[in-house]
Amino acid sequence: MNNSDLLLQMKDLKTYFFLDEGTVKAVDGADLEIKACSTLGVVGESGCGKSVAARSIMRIVAKGGRIVNGEIMFHQRLRDPETGSRSSNLVDVLDLAALNPHGEKIRSIRGAEISMVFQEPMTSLSPVHTIGNQIGEVVSLHQKLDSKQAREKAIDMLDRVGMPLPQRTIDRYPHELSGGMRQRAMIAMALSCHPSLLIADEPTTALDVTTEAQILTLMRQLQEELGMSIMFITHNLGVIAQMADRVAVMYLGKVVEDASVEDLFYKPLHPYTQALLQSIPRLGAKKDRNQRLASIRGSVPDPYNLPRGCPFHPRCARRLDICDKEEPPLVKVDTGHQVRCVLYK
Amino acid sequence: MLGYVLRRIAIMIPTLIVISIITFIIIQLPPGDFLSSYAASLRAQGEVIDEAEIRVMRERYGLNQPIYVQYGKWIKGIVTRGDWGQSMSLQRPVKDLIWQRMTLSMVLSVVSLLVGWFIAIPLGVYSATHQYSPLDYIVTFISFMGIGTPSFLLGLVVMFVAMNYMGLNVGGLFSDQFILAPWSWAKVVDLLKHLWIPVSILAFNGTAGGLRTTRANLLDELNKPYVETAYAKGLTERRVIWKYPVRVALNPFFSTVGWELANLISGATLLSIVLNLQTEGPMLLNALTAQDMYLAGSFLFLLSVMTVVGTLLSDILLAWVDPRIRMT
Ligand SMILES: Nc1ncnc2c1ncn2[C@@H]1O[C@H](COP(=O)(O)OP(=O)(O)OP(=O)(O)O)[C@@H](O)[C@H]1O
Ligand SMILES: [Mg+2]
Repeated sequence: MNNSDLLLQMKDLKTYFFLDEGTVKAVDGADLEIKACSTLGVVGESGCGKSVAARSIMRIVAKGGRIVNGEIMFHQRLRDPETGSRSSNLVDVLDLAALNPHGEKIRSIRGAEISMVFQEPMTSLSPVHTIGNQIGEVVSLHQKLDSKQAREKAIDMLDRVGMPLPQRTIDRYPHELSGGMRQRAMIAMALSCHPSLLIADEPTTALDVTTEAQILTLMRQLQEELGMSIMFITHNLGVIAQMADRVAVMYLGKVVEDASVEDLFYKPLHPYTQALLQSIPRLGAKKDRNQRLASIRGSVPDPYNLPRGCPFHPRCARRLDICDKEEPPLVKVDTGHQVRCVLYK
Repeated sequence: MLGYVLRRIAIMIPTLIVISIITFIIIQLPPGDFLSSYAASLRAQGEVIDEAEIRVMRERYGLNQPIYVQYGKWIKGIVTRGDWGQSMSLQRPVKDLIWQRMTLSMVLSVVSLLVGWFIAIPLGVYSATHQYSPLDYIVTFISFMGIGTPSFLLGLVVMFVAMNYMGLNVGGLFSDQFILAPWSWAKVVDLLKHLWIPVSILAFNGTAGGLRTTRANLLDELNKPYVETAYAKGLTERRVIWKYPVRVALNPFFSTVGWELANLISGATLLSIVLNLQTEGPMLLNALTAQDMYLAGSFLFLLSVMTVVGTLLSDILLAWVDPRIRMT
């Protein structure tokens, strides 16, 4: 792989929460790679650390949580100070995990180079500020624009995300908009400074199917227009198939499989990935009403006491004797296909 | 918005009529009237009372008429002539007595409220954003003291300390030479010199409550997703906190100013007695014990009017600061 199209590389990231009840190893040695102008889908059951990994990149992990190990190398394409456009060969590599989370450097990256769209469009916007105020704020923070220009820019962004009547909507409050409109406003806000990476943490989970389809189409279209990468977090494999170029499967704070979207669906390797794919309902299966949908047996272990060895072994259908003893290494099976399982050693 | 305000004002009128009737009935509830308690106090001092004279006075004040006639006359006087009746114990028109007292009460309460907020909000924000830090514990401890200590007790302590250790007489709102003097710049300065003591005492209590409210609301708001969104924009921590969650956490302040003020005015009565302040409270208390019905009634009625108007103002204020509230 050519290093020049690497955008972000997470190596052995560990983000723990230190609570009175014990330590939660929310992310426990995760490795990820995001290439420029591509989409990485991140899937996994609830609680496996997807959101915490995303927040670790932004360095906005909630109180009590801390990155204890690992690197997050961000290959920042420097911008021309005059035009604001990015040059492709001037790259500054910096380790986000080593930055002061309250410092100036990370703040200049948040919202400008890496931005984020959250799950709940209902509550992710301030209820007491207008849409225009909230979008204009990011614009004037990161770009040298006066308030009038910032407003123009906000209207332009609302227009690009397909907001009807952007001139009027800009002075609306979030509660006056529908869920889909709010998520469009969130996307407009996130993209207003043309970031090179957009982290979308289950951006469509709270929306109905039709609206979800519209938002997904919009994101793909804007990705093409603006030339950015997307880290798309979801537990909906159907959405992954539609959106992602590559997929990382997470289980208990680790990335257990990392593959292109085709390989993941046609040649899944990790027993967990295989089980996940089997749990998708299929149209054909309807004939066979008596056959239940396959679900992964057992449930996610208690995050305070993670199992020894491979974290998935208590639920694994193909477990071997050594699975509860040693931690499986990351095995490179094919070009661009890695799996953390002893079966492939 | 304008329609809403007009409608609310229209509703206020019947409310105030009902309040005035209830007020009037309540001050008539104790057995006897002003003259019987007047006679009783004279008798207690060993004076001989002429029954005929009492009867003449009762006639003159209209105390022998049915209660609804007395009420009608009182209201008619207020509405048509701005005449609030005669204070029987002080032998002066009520309107000459109440306005200065009401104004001083308002000044004392509003200043105390604002000073209280001014201290409570930053401290509450600090407490919430530094939850379980040493300063948070100290602030919390002091605020519980503030809630638990009645202001009159604090007033007594302050007076005692000032008198015994500093040789100061901190009572009153004016120095002797200004009490009866007409308003002048010097009198205002003199008022300010005296005002800070009751203001500090009342603000101490107000601060404590406001601090608890700010801290509790802000702790709730800090976990809301919109705060995370604000951090993700790249704003500084200070700006995130003051622009977003603090803004929402302060809404209850606006929605309660109305009755907070009325509360402060009536709550300050005991403190005013202790510190000998020329506010509304002590005079109202005397009027009630003497059954000086027009004076007491006028005070009570005015306090009710202020509460009703205050509630309207705080509703308008809240709708203005919180766009989620629709005025229809
Ligand atoms: N603020 C926090 N304090 C303590 N523990 C936390 C906090 N946030 C997350 N965790 C813990 O970290 C683990 C991973 O949580 P995370 O939110 O990343 O899961 P997720 O994969 O995003 O799940 P979901 O699909 O439900 O969003 C969970 O065990 C969770 O309990
Ligand atoms: Mg999540």
